[in-house]
Amino acid sequence: MRIGDAKQSYEADEAILTSSTQKIWFALFLFALLLFPFMADAYLLYLGCLVGIAVISTTGLNILTGFTGLISLGQAGFMGVGGYTVAWLSANTGLPFPVTLLLAGLLAAAVGILVGLPSLRVKGLYLAIATLAASVFLHFIFAEWESVTGGMGGLSLEPAHLFGLTFQSDFGMYFIIVPLAVLMVLAAKNVFRTRIGRAFIAIRDRDISAEILGINLLHYKLMSFALSSFYAGVAGGLFAYFFRVVTPESFPLSMSIFYLAAVIVGGMGNLLGGILGAAFMTLIPEALKLLTAALTPFYPNAPIFMSPMLEIIFGALIVGFLIFEPHGLAEIWHRIRRFFSLWPFKN
Amino acid sequence: MSSILEISNLSLSFGGVKALQDVSFRVPENTVTTVIGPNGAGKTSLFNCISGFYKPQQGTIRYQGEVLAGVKPPVRAAMGLARTFQNIALFRGMTVLDNIKLGAHVHMKSGLLGSLAYFGAARREEMAVRSHVEQHIIDFLEIDHIRRQPVASLSYGLQKRVELARALAMRPKVLMLDEPVAGMNREEKEDMARFILDIREEWGVTVLMVEHDMGMVMDISDHIAVLNFGQVITEGLPEEVQKNPQVIEAYLGTSDMDSLRKKLNPEQEVA
Repeated sequence: MRIGDAKQSYEADEAILTSSTQKIWFALFLFALLLFPFMADAYLLYLGCLVGIAVISTTGLNILTGFTGLISLGQAGFMGVGGYTVAWLSANTGLPFPVTLLLAGLLAAAVGILVGLPSLRVKGLYLAIATLAASVFLHFIFAEWESVTGGMGGLSLEPAHLFGLTFQSDFGMYFIIVPLAVLMVLAAKNVFRTRIGRAFIAIRDRDISAEILGINLLHYKLMSFALSSFYAGVAGGLFAYFFRVVTPESFPLSMSIFYLAAVIVGGMGNLLGGILGAAFMTLIPEALKLLTAALTPFYPNAPIFMSPMLEIIFGALIVGFLIFEPHGLAEIWHRIRRFFSLWPFKN
Repeated sequence: MSSILEISNLSLSFGGVKALQDVSFRVPENTVTTVIGPNGAGKTSLFNCISGFYKPQQGTIRYQGEVLAGVKPPVRAAMGLARTFQNIALFRGMTVLDNIKLGAHVHMKSGLLGSLAYFGAARREEMAVRSHVEQHIIDFLEIDHIRRQPVASLSYGLQKRVELARALAMRPKVLMLDEPVAGMNREEKEDMARFILDIREEWGVTVLMVEHDMGMVMDISDHIAVLNFGQVITEGLPEEVQKNPQVIEAYLGTSDMDSLRKKLNPEQEVA
């Protein structure tokens, strides 16, 4: 049972972490994130970095689709803008990574605003098609604007650097990706404590009454697109630094669907859901591969049998979550929390 | 008494349907003014014209002497025109507290960077709004026990009250209430009537209301306008309106066949 955390100021009441238990767990979590790269092997470290990038991009898409109610299939395109920006800047200017990532986010945000312009008129599936068109268009630019993007061959990058330090290995990249992911998720959390986040949710829930209550729809829809693509741009930039190469095929349409699925599986309009969804979508295919490897000693045919099955199992898991947990993975977490905060009393 | 809102010769039609025809009436400042009329008389259409959601084909709406034509809905909200909706329009994904705070949106300034960092001015502004909402609105409307609940879980009467709270957070000069007590039980109606009177007296807000509950309308209104088939039949004090034969006809119909014929077929009468 959670007791004894009465607040004396509104400030304390509106904090992200409101009880000392939460603060302790959050500190432990951060400590575990810090310790992780020293304990993990190369494979886990690689996965950790991928999850970090996915968390940033999913959080961005969650702001747009989950909180503002604007379905977008352009996330991979925006990530591509970020990735190519970082690649081009590192090849042509030698700027340090904080600057290139910031510029990647800003350029993606500008592209996001352009793509978001139809959103005042078109909603739902129609907007999804409009953003799909934008992502096809961006893909075309990546493939054809050879003087800048290197065409189908793409661009390769120097490792990220700052103050003479270079971040060549996954170990180094982890210390860029994960702190950024934590910061950006916290920033998103902050947005939803203020007027801007409330305006986003109001637009999602009832856009007409939101307008009559004083919310300028175009302004806030475009702001949501800009913020979401900024996150995508930074994630794309990190993706470029991590793999040290970007090609048009680095950011396929299936990637947009991957992030949309992560938002939906995790829990639309829930930041924790976005994190869980990103981890789920990144790790489950890997876990299935590990399962195959574990089965091989007992069933020598396992790889032959399992490899075509992986996609099916993955899909079935997603469908299963949608049916049994329509509010997403975040809802499971909330149930667990409720249990502990009420224990030993029932429900 | 000066009028805070003046509607003159307002006409609105959707294709062949004339929702409002040449509607003129005024809302005196710091009164409870009620628009009554049978279903489909155009009361909500009138509200939607005032909020800027519908654009009337003819006529003007003056608010504090200023013509509102061409002013977008969010700007009208910032000018002090707040409203509630007939079919409750709360934001279901937010708690009661967040719904109310959203009402203060137009009076807040913090931008995206301030919000991302939740620092300095943005944070102070949020705290100021929170304390205003808590001390003046939640306390006044007696909804402190539900402030953390998601609005979807509340009873109809409480949802109406939260919607009123949200409109009050807009710091309105004119508060438009679209059927504030529809579907409420007696106790809830009495509470709502008390709140409406307090809002006018203590906050100095002009209330413009659409309501069907005649008992409440006659009790708390200072000024009544009667609408039927998109036209204003009469306006005046509650006692005057109650005695007006046209109002009685609009509500109760008539046994006089001549007047009915005249209404149905005015051209024939001329010929």
